[in-house]
Amino acid sequence: MLRSVSRVVRKFRAINARYRTPRIGMSPLVRSALMVLRVYLLLLVALMLYKFVTLVS
Amino acid sequence: MNFFAKLYYRLAKAIKAVQLYLVIAGPGIVVMVADNDAGGITTYAATGAKYGYNLIWFLLVLIPVAYYVQEMTVRLGAVTKRGHAEAIFSGFGAFWGWFSLVDLLIVDWLTLVTEFIGMTAALEIFGIPPWLTVAAVVLLLGTIVLNGRYWTWEKIALFFCALNLVYIPGAFMVHPSVHDIVHEGLVPNLPGGLDGQLFFFLMANIGTTIAPWMLFFQQSAVVDKGMLEKDIPWGRFDTWLGSVLTIIVAVFIVIVTGTVLRGVDIESAAQASVQLQETHHWVGTFMAIGLFDAGLLGAICISLASSWAFGEIFGWAHSLNTNIKEAPWFYASYFVTLLSAGAVVLIPGAPLVLITLFVQVVAVTLLPAALVFLILLLNDREHMGEYANSAVQNVIGGSIVLVIIVLSTLYGISVMFPALFG
Repeated sequence: MLRSVSRVVRKFRAINARYRTPRIGMSPLVRSALMVLRVYLLLLVALMLYKFVTLVS
Repeated sequence: MNFFAKLYYRLAKAIKAVQLYLVIAGPGIVVMVADNDAGGITTYAATGAKYGYNLIWFLLVLIPVAYYVQEMTVRLGAVTKRGHAEAIFSGFGAFWGWFSLVDLLIVDWLTLVTEFIGMTAALEIFGIPPWLTVAAVVLLLGTIVLNGRYWTWEKIALFFCALNLVYIPGAFMVHPSVHDIVHEGLVPNLPGGLDGQLFFFLMANIGTTIAPWMLFFQQSAVVDKGMLEKDIPWGRFDTWLGSVLTIIVAVFIVIVTGTVLRGVDIESAAQASVQLQETHHWVGTFMAIGLFDAGLLGAICISLASSWAFGEIFGWAHSLNTNIKEAPWFYASYFVTLLSAGAVVLIPGAPLVLITLFVQVVAVTLLPAALVFLILLLNDREHMGEYANSAVQNVIGGSIVLVIIVLSTLYGISVMFPALFG
Protein backbone atom coordinates (compact mmCIF):
# COMPACT_ATOMS: atom_id res chain seq x y z
CA MET A 1 0.00 0.00 0.00
CA LEU A 2 2.75 2.40 1.09
CA ARG A 3 4.73 1.43 -1.98
CA SER A 4 1.77 2.22 -4.25
CA VAL A 5 1.32 5.63 -2.63
CA SER A 6 5.00 6.46 -3.04
CA ARG A 7 4.84 5.31 -6.67
CA VAL A 8 1.90 7.68 -7.29
CA VAL A 9 3.75 10.53 -5.57
CA ARG A 10 6.82 9.83 -7.72
CA LYS A 11 4.64 9.88 -10.82
CA PHE A 12 3.18 13.28 -9.91
CA ARG A 13 6.66 14.62 -9.22
CA ALA A 14 7.86 13.34 -12.57
CA ILE A 15 4.97 15.07 -14.33
CA ASN A 16 5.67 18.32 -12.48
CA ALA A 17 9.35 18.06 -13.41
CA ARG A 18 8.58 17.29 -17.06
CA TYR A 19 6.35 20.35 -17.39
CA ARG A 20 8.30 22.65 -15.07
CA THR A 21 9.25 25.12 -17.79
CA PRO A 22 6.26 26.41 -19.75
CA ARG A 23 6.80 26.55 -23.49
CA ILE A 24 4.73 29.72 -23.82
CA GLY A 25 6.08 32.68 -21.88
CA MET A 26 3.54 34.72 -19.91
CA SER A 27 4.16 38.13 -18.43
CA PRO A 28 3.35 38.55 -14.70
CA LEU A 29 0.36 40.66 -15.74
CA VAL A 30 -1.11 37.89 -17.93
CA ARG A 31 -0.42 35.33 -15.20
CA SER A 32 -2.19 37.45 -12.57
CA ALA A 33 -5.11 38.09 -14.94
CA LEU A 34 -5.48 34.34 -15.47
CA MET A 35 -5.38 33.72 -11.72
CA VAL A 36 -7.99 36.43 -11.07
CA LEU A 37 -10.22 34.96 -13.79
CA ARG A 38 -9.82 31.48 -12.36
CA VAL A 39 -10.66 32.57 -8.80
CA TYR A 40 -13.60 34.62 -10.05
CA LEU A 41 -15.04 31.69 -12.00
CA LEU A 42 -14.63 29.39 -9.01
CA LEU A 43 -16.49 31.98 -6.92
CA LEU A 44 -19.34 31.93 -9.45
CA VAL A 45 -19.42 28.13 -9.33
CA ALA A 46 -19.58 28.34 -5.51
CA LEU A 47 -22.58 30.68 -5.88
CA MET A 48 -24.27 28.16 -8.15
CA LEU A 49 -23.64 25.40 -5.65
CA TYR A 50 -25.20 27.60 -2.97
CA LYS A 51 -28.27 28.08 -5.18
CA PHE A 52 -28.38 24.33 -5.85
CA VAL A 53 -28.24 23.51 -2.13
CA THR A 54 -30.97 26.06 -1.31
CA LEU A 55 -33.20 24.63 -4.03
CA VAL A 56 -32.65 21.05 -2.89
CA SER A 57 -33.27 21.85 0.78
CA MET B 1 -18.74 15.85 -76.36
CA ASN B 2 -16.68 18.50 -74.68
CA PHE B 3 -19.64 19.25 -72.39
CA PHE B 4 -20.02 15.60 -71.33
CA ALA B 5 -16.29 15.27 -70.77
CA LYS B 6 -16.37 18.32 -68.49
CA LEU B 7 -19.44 17.01 -66.69
CA TYR B 8 -17.79 13.64 -66.15
CA TYR B 9 -14.62 15.31 -64.89
CA ARG B 10 -16.59 17.47 -62.43
CA LEU B 11 -18.69 14.54 -61.24
CA ALA B 12 -15.60 12.39 -60.71
CA LYS B 13 -13.96 15.25 -58.81
CA ALA B 14 -17.06 15.70 -56.62
CA ILE B 15 -17.27 11.97 -55.89
CA LYS B 16 -13.58 11.94 -54.96
CA ALA B 17 -14.13 14.93 -52.66
CA VAL B 18 -17.04 13.17 -50.93
CA GLN B 19 -14.97 9.99 -50.58
CA LEU B 20 -12.11 11.98 -49.08
CA TYR B 21 -14.50 13.72 -46.70
CA LEU B 22 -15.93 10.38 -45.58
CA VAL B 23 -12.40 9.31 -44.62
CA ILE B 24 -11.76 12.51 -42.66
CA ALA B 25 -15.34 12.91 -41.29
CA GLY B 26 -15.83 12.05 -37.68
CA PRO B 27 -14.40 14.11 -34.85
CA GLY B 28 -16.31 17.31 -35.76
CA ILE B 29 -19.69 15.70 -36.36
CA VAL B 30 -19.38 13.29 -33.44
CA VAL B 31 -18.37 15.96 -30.92
CA MET B 32 -21.03 18.39 -32.09
CA VAL B 33 -23.92 15.94 -32.21
CA ALA B 34 -22.77 14.34 -28.94
CA ASP B 35 -23.06 17.81 -27.52
CA ASN B 36 -26.82 17.39 -27.92
CA ASP B 37 -26.52 15.03 -25.00
CA ALA B 38 -29.13 14.10 -22.39
CA GLY B 39 -28.61 17.39 -20.53
CA GLY B 40 -28.86 19.25 -23.82
CA ILE B 41 -32.13 17.59 -24.79
CA THR B 42 -33.55 18.43 -21.34
CA THR B 43 -32.40 22.04 -21.69
CA TYR B 44 -33.89 22.45 -25.19
CA ALA B 45 -37.15 20.77 -24.14
CA ALA B 46 -37.43 23.03 -21.09
CA THR B 47 -36.50 26.10 -23.18
CA GLY B 48 -39.27 25.39 -25.70
CA ALA B 49 -41.85 24.73 -22.99
CA LYS B 50 -40.88 27.84 -21.05
CA TYR B 51 -40.30 30.39 -23.83
CA GLY B 52 -42.01 28.83 -26.87
CA TYR B 53 -40.14 29.68 -30.08
CA ASN B 54 -38.72 32.91 -28.66
CA LEU B 55 -35.15 31.70 -28.11
CA ILE B 56 -34.67 29.98 -31.49
CA TRP B 57 -32.68 33.03 -32.69
CA PHE B 58 -30.31 32.56 -29.76
CA LEU B 59 -29.71 28.93 -30.74
CA LEU B 60 -28.93 30.00 -34.31
CA VAL B 61 -26.37 32.49 -32.98
CA LEU B 62 -24.67 29.54 -31.30
CA ILE B 63 -23.83 27.88 -34.68
CA PRO B 64 -20.82 30.13 -35.44
CA VAL B 65 -19.94 30.26 -31.74
CA ALA B 66 -19.64 26.46 -31.56
CA TYR B 67 -17.81 26.36 -34.90
CA TYR B 68 -15.19 28.98 -34.02
CA VAL B 69 -14.41 27.37 -30.68
CA GLN B 70 -14.16 23.80 -31.97
CA GLU B 71 -12.33 24.70 -35.17
CA MET B 72 -9.43 25.92 -33.05
CA THR B 73 -9.02 22.44 -31.57
CA VAL B 74 -8.82 20.94 -35.08
CA ARG B 75 -5.90 23.20 -36.00
CA LEU B 76 -4.20 22.72 -32.65
CA GLY B 77 -4.49 18.91 -32.79
CA ALA B 78 -3.48 18.56 -36.45
CA VAL B 79 -0.45 20.86 -36.10
CA THR B 80 0.91 19.90 -32.67
CA LYS B 81 -0.19 16.21 -32.74
CA ARG B 82 -0.92 16.63 -29.04
CA GLY B 83 -4.14 16.27 -27.09
CA HIS B 84 -5.54 19.31 -25.33
CA ALA B 85 -4.45 18.33 -21.81
CA GLU B 86 -0.89 17.75 -22.94
CA ALA B 87 -0.91 21.00 -24.91
CA ILE B 88 -1.88 22.97 -21.78
CA PHE B 89 0.71 21.23 -19.57
CA SER B 90 3.41 21.74 -22.16
CA GLY B 91 2.39 25.30 -23.03
CA PHE B 92 1.71 26.74 -19.57
CA GLY B 93 3.44 24.39 -17.14
CA ALA B 94 2.25 21.92 -14.53
CA PHE B 95 0.45 24.45 -12.28
CA TRP B 96 -2.06 25.55 -14.92
CA GLY B 97 -2.12 22.06 -16.36
CA TRP B 98 -3.36 20.49 -13.13
CA PHE B 99 -5.95 23.25 -12.76
CA SER B 100 -7.35 22.52 -16.22
CA LEU B 101 -7.20 18.76 -15.77
CA VAL B 102 -9.07 18.88 -12.45
CA ASP B 103 -11.69 21.20 -14.04
CA LEU B 104 -12.10 18.76 -16.90
CA LEU B 105 -12.38 15.70 -14.70
CA ILE B 106 -15.02 17.27 -12.44
CA VAL B 107 -17.13 18.66 -15.28
CA ASP B 108 -16.73 15.48 -17.34
CA TRP B 109 -17.80 13.28 -14.49
CA LEU B 110 -20.78 15.48 -13.61
CA THR B 111 -21.83 15.57 -17.27
CA LEU B 112 -21.50 11.80 -17.48
CA VAL B 113 -23.85 11.55 -14.49
CA THR B 114 -26.40 13.62 -16.45
CA GLU B 115 -26.05 11.22 -19.41
CA PHE B 116 -26.96 8.31 -17.17
CA ILE B 117 -29.84 10.35 -15.71
CA GLY B 118 -31.18 10.90 -19.24
CA MET B 119 -30.71 7.31 -20.36
CA THR B 120 -32.33 5.74 -17.29
CA ALA B 121 -35.23 8.22 -17.39
CA ALA B 122 -35.79 7.53 -21.10
CA LEU B 123 -35.86 3.76 -20.74
CA GLU B 124 -38.01 3.94 -17.61
CA ILE B 125 -40.75 5.22 -19.91
CA PHE B 126 -40.59 1.82 -21.63
CA GLY B 127 -40.62 -0.01 -18.28
CA ILE B 128 -36.89 -0.77 -18.05
CA PRO B 129 -35.51 -0.36 -14.50
CA PRO B 130 -32.55 2.04 -14.01
CA TRP B 131 -30.12 -0.64 -12.77
CA LEU B 132 -30.64 -2.63 -15.94
CA THR B 133 -30.09 0.44 -18.11
CA VAL B 134 -26.84 1.31 -16.28
CA ALA B 135 -25.55 -2.27 -16.56
CA ALA B 136 -26.50 -2.58 -20.24
CA VAL B 137 -24.97 0.79 -21.14
CA VAL B 138 -21.66 0.01 -19.38
CA LEU B 139 -21.56 -3.36 -21.16
CA LEU B 140 -22.37 -1.80 -24.55
CA LEU B 141 -19.84 1.03 -24.23
CA GLY B 142 -17.22 -1.42 -22.98
CA THR B 143 -17.76 -3.60 -26.04
CA ILE B 144 -17.54 -0.58 -28.35
CA VAL B 145 -14.23 0.73 -26.98
CA LEU B 146 -12.65 -2.69 -26.51
CA ASN B 147 -12.94 -3.59 -30.19
CA GLY B 148 -9.50 -2.04 -30.51
CA ARG B 149 -9.94 0.29 -33.48
CA TYR B 150 -10.54 4.05 -33.54
CA TRP B 151 -12.16 3.72 -36.96
CA THR B 152 -14.80 1.21 -35.79
CA TRP B 153 -15.53 3.23 -32.67
CA GLU B 154 -16.01 6.36 -34.78
CA LYS B 155 -18.37 4.72 -37.26
CA ILE B 156 -20.52 3.34 -34.40
CA ALA B 157 -20.58 6.83 -32.88
CA LEU B 158 -21.64 8.25 -36.28
CA PHE B 159 -24.52 5.76 -36.38
CA PHE B 160 -25.76 7.06 -33.02
CA CYS B 161 -25.32 10.62 -34.36
CA ALA B 162 -27.73 9.77 -37.19
CA LEU B 163 -30.30 8.55 -34.65
CA ASN B 164 -30.21 12.03 -33.10
CA LEU B 165 -32.14 13.26 -36.16
CA VAL B 166 -35.25 11.47 -34.85
CA TYR B 167 -36.49 14.81 -33.47
CA ILE B 168 -36.93 16.28 -36.95
CA PRO B 169 -39.90 14.11 -38.07
CA GLY B 170 -41.31 14.59 -34.56
CA ALA B 171 -41.44 18.35 -35.11
CA PHE B 172 -43.32 17.96 -38.39
CA MET B 173 -45.84 15.64 -36.74
CA VAL B 174 -46.98 18.32 -34.25
CA HIS B 175 -47.83 20.72 -37.13
CA PRO B 176 -46.17 23.90 -35.81
CA SER B 177 -47.11 27.30 -37.23
CA VAL B 178 -44.33 28.40 -39.58
CA HIS B 179 -45.60 31.96 -39.29
CA ASP B 180 -45.15 31.90 -35.51
CA ILE B 181 -41.73 30.27 -35.74
CA VAL B 182 -40.51 32.98 -38.12
CA HIS B 183 -42.07 35.91 -36.25
CA GLU B 184 -41.36 34.79 -32.71
CA GLY B 185 -38.24 32.72 -33.20
CA LEU B 186 -36.14 34.49 -35.78
CA VAL B 187 -36.45 38.01 -34.39
CA PRO B 188 -34.01 38.52 -31.50
CA ASN B 189 -35.97 39.12 -28.31
CA LEU B 190 -35.66 38.52 -24.59
CA PRO B 191 -38.94 36.89 -23.54
CA GLY B 192 -40.18 38.10 -20.16
CA GLY B 193 -37.32 40.61 -19.88
CA LEU B 194 -33.99 40.22 -18.14
CA ASP B 195 -34.42 38.04 -15.10
CA GLY B 196 -32.53 35.29 -13.32
CA GLN B 197 -34.47 32.56 -15.08
CA LEU B 198 -33.67 33.92 -18.53
CA PHE B 199 -29.94 34.16 -17.65
CA PHE B 200 -30.13 30.60 -16.40
CA PHE B 201 -31.70 29.37 -19.64
CA LEU B 202 -29.32 31.36 -21.86
CA MET B 203 -26.36 29.96 -19.98
CA ALA B 204 -27.72 26.43 -19.96
CA ASN B 205 -28.19 26.68 -23.76
CA ILE B 206 -24.62 27.89 -24.25
CA GLY B 207 -23.48 25.14 -21.89
CA THR B 208 -25.18 22.51 -24.02
CA THR B 209 -23.60 23.86 -27.22
CA ILE B 210 -20.01 24.41 -26.11
CA ALA B 211 -18.52 22.65 -23.13
CA PRO B 212 -14.98 22.16 -21.79
CA TRP B 213 -15.02 18.40 -22.51
CA MET B 214 -15.60 19.12 -26.20
CA LEU B 215 -12.28 20.97 -26.50
CA PHE B 216 -10.39 18.06 -24.98
CA PHE B 217 -12.37 15.44 -26.88
CA GLN B 218 -12.09 16.87 -30.38
CA GLN B 219 -8.40 17.66 -30.14
CA SER B 220 -7.61 14.17 -28.80
CA ALA B 221 -9.84 12.60 -31.47
CA VAL B 222 -8.04 14.57 -34.20
CA VAL B 223 -4.71 13.26 -32.86
CA ASP B 224 -5.96 9.67 -32.41
CA LYS B 225 -7.35 9.72 -35.95
CA GLY B 226 -3.97 10.88 -37.22
CA MET B 227 -5.16 14.04 -38.98
CA LEU B 228 -2.42 16.19 -40.52
CA GLU B 229 -2.17 19.86 -41.50
CA LYS B 230 -3.38 19.02 -45.01
CA ASP B 231 -6.60 17.60 -43.49
CA ILE B 232 -7.47 20.85 -41.69
CA PRO B 233 -9.85 22.15 -44.42
CA TRP B 234 -11.86 18.92 -44.23
CA GLY B 235 -11.69 19.03 -40.43
CA ARG B 236 -13.14 22.54 -40.61
CA PHE B 237 -15.93 21.39 -42.92
CA ASP B 238 -16.64 18.45 -40.60
CA THR B 239 -16.87 20.83 -37.63
CA TRP B 240 -19.07 23.28 -39.52
CA LEU B 241 -21.44 20.51 -40.61
CA GLY B 242 -21.55 19.25 -37.02
CA SER B 243 -22.33 22.74 -35.68
CA VAL B 244 -25.20 23.19 -38.11
CA LEU B 245 -26.59 19.70 -37.42
CA THR B 246 -26.48 20.08 -33.66
CA ILE B 247 -28.36 23.39 -33.73
CA ILE B 248 -30.90 22.10 -36.27
CA VAL B 249 -31.72 19.25 -33.90
CA ALA B 250 -31.92 21.71 -30.98
CA VAL B 251 -34.28 23.98 -32.90
CA PHE B 252 -36.56 21.06 -33.78
CA ILE B 253 -36.75 20.01 -30.12
CA VAL B 254 -37.67 23.58 -29.13
CA ILE B 255 -40.32 23.56 -31.87
CA VAL B 256 -41.83 20.30 -30.54
CA THR B 257 -42.11 21.41 -26.91
CA GLY B 258 -42.83 25.03 -27.89
CA THR B 259 -45.82 23.83 -29.93
CA VAL B 260 -47.30 21.17 -27.70
CA LEU B 261 -46.10 21.95 -24.18
CA ARG B 262 -45.90 25.74 -24.23
CA GLY B 263 -46.49 27.15 -20.76
CA VAL B 264 -46.09 23.75 -19.12
CA ASP B 265 -43.36 23.57 -16.48
CA ILE B 266 -41.00 20.95 -17.87
CA GLU B 267 -38.43 19.58 -15.50
CA SER B 268 -36.88 16.97 -17.74
CA ALA B 269 -36.91 15.63 -21.27
CA ALA B 270 -38.32 12.36 -19.92
CA GLN B 271 -41.26 14.24 -18.40
CA ALA B 272 -41.72 16.03 -21.73
CA SER B 273 -41.75 12.64 -23.51
CA VAL B 274 -44.46 11.28 -21.20
CA GLN B 275 -46.60 14.41 -21.61
CA LEU B 276 -46.12 14.39 -25.37
CA GLN B 277 -47.17 10.74 -25.52
CA GLU B 278 -50.56 11.71 -24.09
CA THR B 279 -51.43 13.79 -27.14
CA HIS B 280 -48.90 12.73 -29.79
CA HIS B 281 -47.87 9.17 -28.98
CA TRP B 282 -45.15 8.78 -31.60
CA VAL B 283 -43.67 12.21 -31.00
CA GLY B 284 -43.31 11.39 -27.28
CA THR B 285 -41.81 8.01 -28.19
CA PHE B 286 -39.33 9.68 -30.57
CA MET B 287 -38.42 12.11 -27.80
CA ALA B 288 -37.72 9.21 -25.41
CA ILE B 289 -35.67 7.29 -28.00
CA GLY B 290 -33.77 10.46 -28.87
CA LEU B 291 -33.10 11.13 -25.20
CA PHE B 292 -31.61 7.67 -24.71
CA ASP B 293 -29.54 8.01 -27.88
CA ALA B 294 -28.31 11.45 -26.80
CA GLY B 295 -27.26 10.16 -23.40
CA LEU B 296 -25.50 7.18 -24.95
CA LEU B 297 -23.63 9.32 -27.48
CA GLY B 298 -22.65 11.79 -24.75
CA ALA B 299 -21.43 8.95 -22.55
CA ILE B 300 -19.42 7.44 -25.42
CA CYS B 301 -17.53 10.70 -25.93
CA ILE B 302 -17.27 12.19 -22.44
CA SER B 303 -15.84 9.09 -20.81
CA LEU B 304 -13.19 8.99 -23.54
CA ALA B 305 -12.30 12.69 -23.13
CA SER B 306 -11.23 12.05 -19.52
CA SER B 307 -9.31 8.85 -20.33
CA TRP B 308 -7.46 10.50 -23.22
CA ALA B 309 -6.50 13.43 -20.96
CA PHE B 310 -5.29 11.09 -18.19
CA GLY B 311 -3.27 9.06 -20.67
CA GLU B 312 -1.63 12.13 -22.20
CA ILE B 313 -0.47 13.47 -18.84
CA PHE B 314 0.44 10.25 -17.05
CA GLY B 315 2.21 8.94 -20.11
CA TRP B 316 0.02 5.84 -20.48
CA ALA B 317 -0.80 4.34 -23.85
CA HIS B 318 -4.06 6.13 -24.67
CA SER B 319 -5.34 5.24 -28.09
CA LEU B 320 -8.43 3.36 -29.18
CA ASN B 321 -6.11 1.60 -31.61
CA THR B 322 -4.52 -0.22 -28.67
CA ASN B 323 -6.01 -3.19 -26.86
CA ILE B 324 -6.60 -3.59 -23.14
CA LYS B 325 -3.22 -5.32 -22.59
CA GLU B 326 -1.34 -2.49 -24.27
CA ALA B 327 -3.27 0.30 -22.52
CA PRO B 328 -4.63 -1.10 -19.22
CA TRP B 329 -4.71 2.24 -17.40
CA PHE B 330 -6.47 3.98 -20.27
CA TYR B 331 -9.29 1.43 -20.18
CA ALA B 332 -9.28 1.22 -16.37
CA SER B 333 -9.83 4.99 -16.05
CA TYR B 334 -12.53 4.71 -18.72
CA PHE B 335 -14.47 2.07 -16.79
CA VAL B 336 -13.98 3.71 -13.36
CA THR B 337 -15.40 6.99 -14.72
CA LEU B 338 -18.29 5.18 -16.37
CA LEU B 339 -19.23 2.95 -13.43
CA SER B 340 -18.98 5.67 -10.77
CA ALA B 341 -21.16 8.06 -12.81
CA GLY B 342 -23.70 5.29 -13.41
CA ALA B 343 -23.82 4.49 -9.69
CA VAL B 344 -24.94 8.05 -8.81
CA VAL B 345 -28.17 7.58 -10.75
CA LEU B 346 -29.04 4.59 -8.63
CA ILE B 347 -28.89 6.58 -5.36
CA PRO B 348 -32.51 6.71 -4.09
CA GLY B 349 -34.00 10.21 -3.92
CA ALA B 350 -31.13 12.03 -5.68
CA PRO B 351 -32.39 15.32 -7.26
CA LEU B 352 -31.58 14.13 -10.77
CA VAL B 353 -33.42 16.80 -12.78
CA LEU B 354 -31.90 19.66 -10.81
CA ILE B 355 -28.45 18.09 -11.14
CA THR B 356 -28.88 17.95 -14.92
CA LEU B 357 -29.72 21.65 -15.28
CA PHE B 358 -27.04 22.82 -12.85
CA VAL B 359 -24.29 20.77 -14.47
CA GLN B 360 -24.91 22.63 -17.75
CA VAL B 361 -24.58 25.98 -15.98
CA VAL B 362 -21.48 24.99 -13.98
CA ALA B 363 -19.87 23.70 -17.20
CA VAL B 364 -20.44 26.97 -19.02
CA THR B 365 -19.17 28.98 -16.04
CA LEU B 366 -15.85 27.12 -16.12
CA LEU B 367 -15.66 27.36 -19.91
CA PRO B 368 -13.93 30.80 -20.17
CA ALA B 369 -10.85 29.50 -18.34
CA ALA B 370 -10.50 26.68 -20.86
CA LEU B 371 -11.18 29.03 -23.78
CA VAL B 372 -8.53 31.52 -22.67
CA PHE B 373 -5.90 28.75 -22.73
CA LEU B 374 -7.15 27.58 -26.11
CA ILE B 375 -6.83 31.10 -27.58
CA LEU B 376 -3.36 31.56 -26.07
CA LEU B 377 -2.23 28.21 -27.51
CA LEU B 378 -3.54 29.23 -30.94
CA ASN B 379 -1.43 32.40 -30.72
CA ASP B 380 1.80 30.46 -30.26
CA ARG B 381 3.14 31.40 -33.70
CA GLU B 382 6.38 29.55 -33.18
CA HIS B 383 4.60 26.18 -33.15
CA MET B 384 1.37 26.96 -34.99
CA GLY B 385 3.01 28.82 -37.87
CA GLU B 386 0.52 29.71 -40.60
CA TYR B 387 -2.23 27.97 -38.60
CA ALA B 388 -2.02 30.43 -35.70
CA ASN B 389 -5.09 32.55 -34.96
CA SER B 390 -5.68 35.63 -37.11
CA ALA B 391 -6.67 38.94 -35.52
CA VAL B 392 -10.32 38.35 -36.51
CA GLN B 393 -10.31 34.87 -34.95
CA ASN B 394 -8.87 36.34 -31.76
CA VAL B 395 -11.56 39.03 -31.64
CA ILE B 396 -14.29 36.40 -32.13
CA GLY B 397 -12.77 34.07 -29.52
CA GLY B 398 -12.29 36.95 -27.07
CA SER B 399 -15.89 38.13 -27.58
CA ILE B 400 -17.22 34.64 -26.87
CA VAL B 401 -15.21 34.51 -23.63
CA LEU B 402 -16.43 37.98 -22.66
CA VAL B 403 -20.11 37.22 -23.33
CA ILE B 404 -19.95 34.02 -21.28
CA ILE B 405 -18.27 35.83 -18.37
CA VAL B 406 -20.89 38.61 -18.47
CA LEU B 407 -23.78 36.11 -18.56
CA SER B 408 -22.25 34.07 -15.72
CA THR B 409 -21.80 37.26 -13.70
CA LEU B 410 -25.39 38.36 -14.31
CA TYR B 411 -26.59 34.94 -13.26
CA GLY B 412 -24.40 35.12 -10.16
CA ILE B 413 -25.86 38.55 -9.31
CA SER B 414 -29.38 37.24 -9.84
CA VAL B 415 -28.63 34.42 -7.39
CA MET B 416 -27.32 36.81 -4.75
CA PHE B 417 -29.89 39.55 -5.32
CA PRO B 418 -32.98 37.95 -6.88
CA ALA B 419 -35.07 41.12 -6.44
CA LEU B 420 -32.71 43.12 -8.67
CA PHE B 421 -34.01 41.60 -11.92
CA GLY B 422 -37.62 41.23 -10.86
